[in-house]
Amino acid sequence: MGAEFVQFSLTPMLIGVLAAIACALPGNFLILRRQALIGDAISHVVLPGIVVAFLITGVVATLPMLVGAAGAALLAVVLIEGVRRLGGIEPGAAMGVVFTTMFAAGVLILEQSDTSSVHLDVEHALMGNLESLVWFRADGWGSLFDPVALASLPEELPRMALACALTIALTLIFWRWLKISTFDEAFARAMGIPVRAVGFGLVTVAAIAAVAAFDAVGSIIVISMFICPPAAARLMTNSLSHQVLWSVAFATLSAVAGFALAGYGPLWLGAVNAVSAAGMIATVSGVILALACVFGPHARRLGEAAANSN
Amino acid sequence: MAPFEPEIVTTDGQLLPAAVPADAALSIRSATVSYGDKPAVFSVDATFPSGAMSAIVGPNGAGKSTLLKAALGVIPRVSGDVFVFGEPVEKARDRIAYVPQRASVDWDFPTTVLDVVQMGLYPRLGLLGRLGGAMRKEALFCLDRVGMADFANRQIGQLSGGQQQRVFLARALAQDADLYLLDEPFAGVDAATERAIIDVLHSLKADGKAVVAVHHDLATVREYFDHVFMINVRRMAEGPVDITFTTAALQSTYGGRLAATHLSELALSGAG
Repeated sequence: MGAEFVQFSLTPMLIGVLAAIACALPGNFLILRRQALIGDAISHVVLPGIVVAFLITGVVATLPMLVGAAGAALLAVVLIEGVRRLGGIEPGAAMGVVFTTMFAAGVLILEQSDTSSVHLDVEHALMGNLESLVWFRADGWGSLFDPVALASLPEELPRMALACALTIALTLIFWRWLKISTFDEAFARAMGIPVRAVGFGLVTVAAIAAVAAFDAVGSIIVISMFICPPAAARLMTNSLSHQVLWSVAFATLSAVAGFALAGYGPLWLGAVNAVSAAGMIATVSGVILALACVFGPHARRLGEAAANSN
Repeated sequence: MAPFEPEIVTTDGQLLPAAVPADAALSIRSATVSYGDKPAVFSVDATFPSGAMSAIVGPNGAGKSTLLKAALGVIPRVSGDVFVFGEPVEKARDRIAYVPQRASVDWDFPTTVLDVVQMGLYPRLGLLGRLGGAMRKEALFCLDRVGMADFANRQIGQLSGGQQQRVFLARALAQDADLYLLDEPFAGVDAATERAIIDVLHSLKADGKAVVAVHHDLATVREYFDHVFMINVRRMAEGPVDITFTTAALQSTYGGRLAATHLSELALSGAG
């Protein structure tokens, strides 16, 4: 049991947890800034960028993918501004049009190009390949101390760990700036805090987390982790630091429970095949959010606040 | 983006703008702010004295709040310079406390009353400095000054409008500044809160601090303030309330928006 777990479940589960946390952390601030859509947008826009980067370089590596994603994000900004001005429509609608179009274009390019040699196709773009990130050389918990076995860890694990560590470190270091520029932008500006740079940094970190998570876990998990754990966490507490801790707990719970349910759940129900881990992780996070909406201690607070303010 | 700066440079390299009185708490020189094509504030010079309570008044959309925000760099200036106690505003940030409009923030934000007041201490703490017991005590003392000490651990969404405004004032007190800039501090607050706020502002003045407030209630200008700046996109009048806040000045600032009888009533009330 132990050996099988380490070999087939430990690494995908860890990668899922790291990806979930890396996305949930910036998600907290995006939600409080009423920019939850940006997480959604990022994960759509990066697809064509990643595909084009792959077509040019021929490898699936982090740096070219980040550059491609950044280029795609830039193109998206230009297109949104263009649609908004030429069409004379509101920014939300312009964003919606551009993001879906770019995602669709990414899917088309992906289908038409030869990516059979690597894990890059429409299915992986959506659902990742979490189940295949197994640790073949492991033969038990002892492998954690075996340098030879450790060397064969799937490369997604250190990559995701690095992205997650970066997200945690930046959140801690810039905590006060993030908090005050999210709560009271005018006050933060008057204090001389570089509000615009903080906002740009937040979106950049979200993009890095999304790109790093993308090829391991797919865009479904990225989108759901930006929104569901932080939104559920907001309903559990009235303190920002507690909210962020709750969101990390919910993200971890979603990844672990989702992976386990996807692998073993169908067997319990008598079915033969496992279901998509990415799909199940996202579903679990949605269920957690639904439960928080109903049972969260601060779920009704929003209405109360409106009633009190008069 | 650097505005044209017509200062005179002295031998020791100090910038000496010609017409900025050294004892002024806040001096704004030829400030222009624009939303789109239309200037909201056009080429405004304004001087607010130290140790006094100053009001910025004018009709809706006349650029009162815009002038204050542009002076602080909260919104960008097209042109113009701002000096605080003779120094460029960027170098004097730690001498300024700011109370934004209450409606400008999201009161659903997950934080407590005490936590909001402690935000006023952030410049002294830096990014990673520890917020110790002494700082906490200081924040509580500021809350006490506005009569909100009992609400320290409340979630901010549970406060009434007047209580929210007091918390904002307490946060400004925590900034421990020499110049206090307030944007419509009495908008939508109850009478008791208005009294509490004006008492705090008067005590600041007694301590030698300068207070500048965007004010919308013409009936209380004479009672609350020493100095008045009247704006309608351009500067219309400025000076001590006694001699500046006149029917003629109100007429030119508000144009036809106030009835003539109302105007003379306002200008005369309190003047004897």
